[in-house]
Amino acid sequence: MRAVLTVVGKDGVGILAKVSTKCANYNANIVDVNQTIMQDMFCMIMLVEIDQLHIAYTEFVDAMEQYGSTLGMKIHVMHEDIFQAMHTI
Amino acid sequence: MLNVNHILETIKMIDEEDLDVRTITMGISLLDCCDADIDVSCEKVYKKITTKAKDLVKVGEQIEKEYGIPIINKRISVTPISMLVAVSGGDPVKYALTLEKAAQTVGVNFIGGYSALVQKGFSAGDKELIASIPRALSETEHICASVNVGSTKAGINMDAVQMMGNVIKESAELTKDRNCIGAAKLVVFCNAVEDNPFMAGAFHGVGEPDVELHVGVSGPGVVRAALAKAPKDLPMHEIADLIKRTAFKITRMGQLVGSIASERLGVPFGIVDLSLAPTPAVGDSVAYILEEMGLEVCGAYGTTACLAMLNDAVKKGGVMASSSVGGLSGAFIPVSEDAGMIAATRAGVLTLEKLEAMTAVCSVGLDMIVIPGETSAEVISGIIADEAAIGMVNSKTTAVRLIPAIGYQVGDELEFGGLLGSGPVMNINQTSCEVMIRRGGKIPAPLQSLKN
Repeated sequence: MRAVLTVVGKDGVGILAKVSTKCANYNANIVDVNQTIMQDMFCMIMLVEIDQLHIAYTEFVDAMEQYGSTLGMKIHVMHEDIFQAMHTI
Repeated sequence: MLNVNHILETIKMIDEEDLDVRTITMGISLLDCCDADIDVSCEKVYKKITTKAKDLVKVGEQIEKEYGIPIINKRISVTPISMLVAVSGGDPVKYALTLEKAAQTVGVNFIGGYSALVQKGFSAGDKELIASIPRALSETEHICASVNVGSTKAGINMDAVQMMGNVIKESAELTKDRNCIGAAKLVVFCNAVEDNPFMAGAFHGVGEPDVELHVGVSGPGVVRAALAKAPKDLPMHEIADLIKRTAFKITRMGQLVGSIASERLGVPFGIVDLSLAPTPAVGDSVAYILEEMGLEVCGAYGTTACLAMLNDAVKKGGVMASSSVGGLSGAFIPVSEDAGMIAATRAGVLTLEKLEAMTAVCSVGLDMIVIPGETSAEVISGIIADEAAIGMVNSKTTAVRLIPAIGYQVGDELEFGGLLGSGPVMNINQTSCEVMIRRGGKIPAPLQSLKN
């Protein structure tokens, strides 16, 4: 299973490093990263494998979202199926 | 990799445009719970609901978390209780209290199905159940009641229409110290559907399987946001295309949530109800969609045309996104639950007459409208009869959910809180129709019913 992790907020130093370290702590394997600046907003999308997590997936979702707020960023973790379902026929 | 814009679009829809799944509703048949002894019957009802739906809320919350989609309500619909009353006799309110206990045990937001279907006449249990509705609604919190008084096939049961005027008034009176909330949980239908996941009108029809799972999607905020980006000179048919595309995405999300929930609960998937159901949150409003199309205020001339197109486009977009579409499917116009409708009513632009016209082209009917408390039962019956006639002749579902605001005057506000919102007391035409209503009898089925 894979989840889409998005990080949106004000650009700063080391966001990618911090978020990926946090993912590594939970044993979430990052398989793809896409990063861009849109209208001064830092916008990163990571595709992470969630099968080998150390904690339950729902706890991972909470932990990452909470971590986002400590960074002053908005982090969302959502199952990839939702995007496939909504945007592909 | 997934398309970045699609990902950001989805997140924006949820974060800023109030996209959600309004409800997952488990339909449970209670036909096998009937017993000649009402206490035994109630016991079986409680046991069946708490067994079948024990994981409903848990699974709903799991899916919410995993997929990041809010699922606002978890609900249950059951076989019309009048059928159980027919077998057991006794005080129907016992069933309401049993359902309430079951609702609290499993933690659902509502149980619908305190209902009777009397479009062609009353059978055993029907009159008793209808008469008990005001008491049942005042003694419970999570129970919703509905009565089907007409259909295209059967015509309109005017005796039932007459009864319902009184029942609505009494429901409001018994709960006048709680903002007349009783009446907000009671719907009078014409052409009621058997697989509706939305409250207050949900019940589990006799043609449905033992247990199944329905999904009701929402998303007026998303449609409004899509239209807000469109240039002001975009032709109407292109607006319709925009709505279709958005409805497709919303429905796909509902379809996904429904199929996952039904798999995890081990219950067959019923239907996706393709509805635009507003919430009182500013922005999540059907009225604002209509205004976004180019009306100064909802209720202006052109409103009915815009709503007709919206309703049709929602269905066209949604139907391809789901394996089985059903329920009410269309745009809802509940006044107190829609910030734009509330504003339009306050401004005096949106009147009951305009709303009645709108119900001819949209999903349901006169919904969550607060009327003066002194309105007579006969006038309420007259409103029901008119609405039922629109449904009967046009082969569509129509409904009436009116809240007589006992002790309030025109211009006052009733505050229900939560999804039910708040509504200004609307000035309505109080001219008497008493003689017509007291005639009773039936309005025969129209020629449209002879399709074979």
